[in-house]
Amino acid sequence: MNVIRAVGRLWLVPVTLVAWEIVTRAAEQPFFPPPSATLARMGEMWLSGPPAHLLLTEQAMDDFGPSLARLFAGWTLAAVLGVAAGVAIGCSSRLSGYLDPLIHLGRAVPPPLLVPFFLALLKLSTPAQLTTIVFGIIWPILLNTVDGTRTVDRQHLETARIFGFSTVQRLTRVIVPAAMPKIFAGLRLALSLALILLVIAEILAGSGGLGYRLLSAQRSYLYTDMWGCLVVLGLLGYLLNSAFLLLERRVLAWHRNARQTT
Amino acid sequence: MLEITDLVHSYGSHRVLDGVSIRAAEGELVCVVGPSGCGKSTLLRSVAGLIRPTGGRVLIGGQPVDRIPDNLAVVFQDYSRSLYPWMTAANNVALPLRRRGLDRRRRREAAMAALDQVGLADAAAKYPWEMSGGMQQRVSIARALAYRPSLLLMDEPFGSVDAQTREDLEDLVLRVCAHHGMTTLLITHDIDESVYVGDRVIVLTRSPARVAADLPVDLGESRDQIATRQLDAFVRLRAEVGRLVRGGSPTSTVLEKQ
Repeated sequence: MNVIRAVGRLWLVPVTLVAWEIVTRAAEQPFFPPPSATLARMGEMWLSGPPAHLLLTEQAMDDFGPSLARLFAGWTLAAVLGVAAGVAIGCSSRLSGYLDPLIHLGRAVPPPLLVPFFLALLKLSTPAQLTTIVFGIIWPILLNTVDGTRTVDRQHLETARIFGFSTVQRLTRVIVPAAMPKIFAGLRLALSLALILLVIAEILAGSGGLGYRLLSAQRSYLYTDMWGCLVVLGLLGYLLNSAFLLLERRVLAWHRNARQTT
Repeated sequence: MLEITDLVHSYGSHRVLDGVSIRAAEGELVCVVGPSGCGKSTLLRSVAGLIRPTGGRVLIGGQPVDRIPDNLAVVFQDYSRSLYPWMTAANNVALPLRRRGLDRRRRREAAMAALDQVGLADAAAKYPWEMSGGMQQRVSIARALAYRPSLLLMDEPFGSVDAQTREDLEDLVLRVCAHHGMTTLLITHDIDESVYVGDRVIVLTRSPARVAADLPVDLGESRDQIATRQLDAFVRLRAEVGRLVRGGSPTSTVLEKQ
């Protein structure tokens, strides 16, 4: 029954693809290659390598390797910094009084605008790209962590006081777990933001990676290559989000179930 | 063991406690009953050190309460917000025991023993949301037992469970408090319950709360949900507490007994 329903929801995907194929073939516009041509080109670019490399070509390594490494490095760094700072700010009203205006100012700066600055400051493209990603995605993590930390149930905290939990226990066993649902919401938002900022950073401060490939394809009038990059970035975003949801479902099983029963 | 002397507390200009004095001897189970909103919870929070009362004194084992004492446990009414839903029952019970300097294995053993005492040995690996309200409250009681406090505070501990579960929990508390010889202060708005569970019943007046009466319960050590509630002494005492909670004055028969 669930399978039928899932298939039922997915029918629009092939219909759209077929319609697109028909329209683009009829129009014969160079800017809009048919999906079949895009797919064929994607296979050629990235999946025609030796079986020992899982069919991945050298170009696939060059395009995906640096991009994925930057994406995860930036996201992990932002997660660690954002959660640590968020818990500290959430627990201390003095700290939050001082930092709140700065946070809201920093959040309001569009991160792509900072790429030239970071590039000038850090000279190398990879540190500049990483800094851009971290600066751009840390805000939802930070703000959600602050919010989650501040809204821990009073009775959870009083129980910790009654039983004399140490500061470390209170943080790791009560406050952070209680804030986890909100922290995860921030982390997921940050993951999709990270992909966007990755591409922007690679376009603006490029030296390899998918964003750089996209830009050079456009400059060389290789529109099918460009479309291939767009499709693969879309797929990447979808896969990352699905993988994260899977993780979230495992880690926050208590939260989902507790909400269902009360 | 517990000496509350002339306790006064106000929230701003609103006086909640107006000179409440209560004493509890070692091992005694004292029920505090009063109309809802009369300041019972404020009383409990002052004894627990969660709030600093405006005036008066609380001594536990001769020591003044100026912060949260380390020999005290609390069972709250709202079990769903008292247990940590991200931990199993056993971990909820074991977590406070770090303070007792026990290693992991000893904490685990103590938690299992306490869960066994409340009849939940099989539920150690369950999460709070996998249990009924009564089971969660049992875990909460097990957590307090394992902690081995000299004073146990209970804030309407059976207020959120159904009638049958409530009776089971009342008997459970009677059994474990007697077994451990724990001094217990149980706060309730339920007149019947205060008489059934208590060694003594303290009746508070409407807000601002004062002690209206301090009644000994002469029902013997062992109590039975059916038989005890049929006793003449039980029926008379219940009627007396009921009258006092509604603002009446003590009748002569009870006064003579005192």
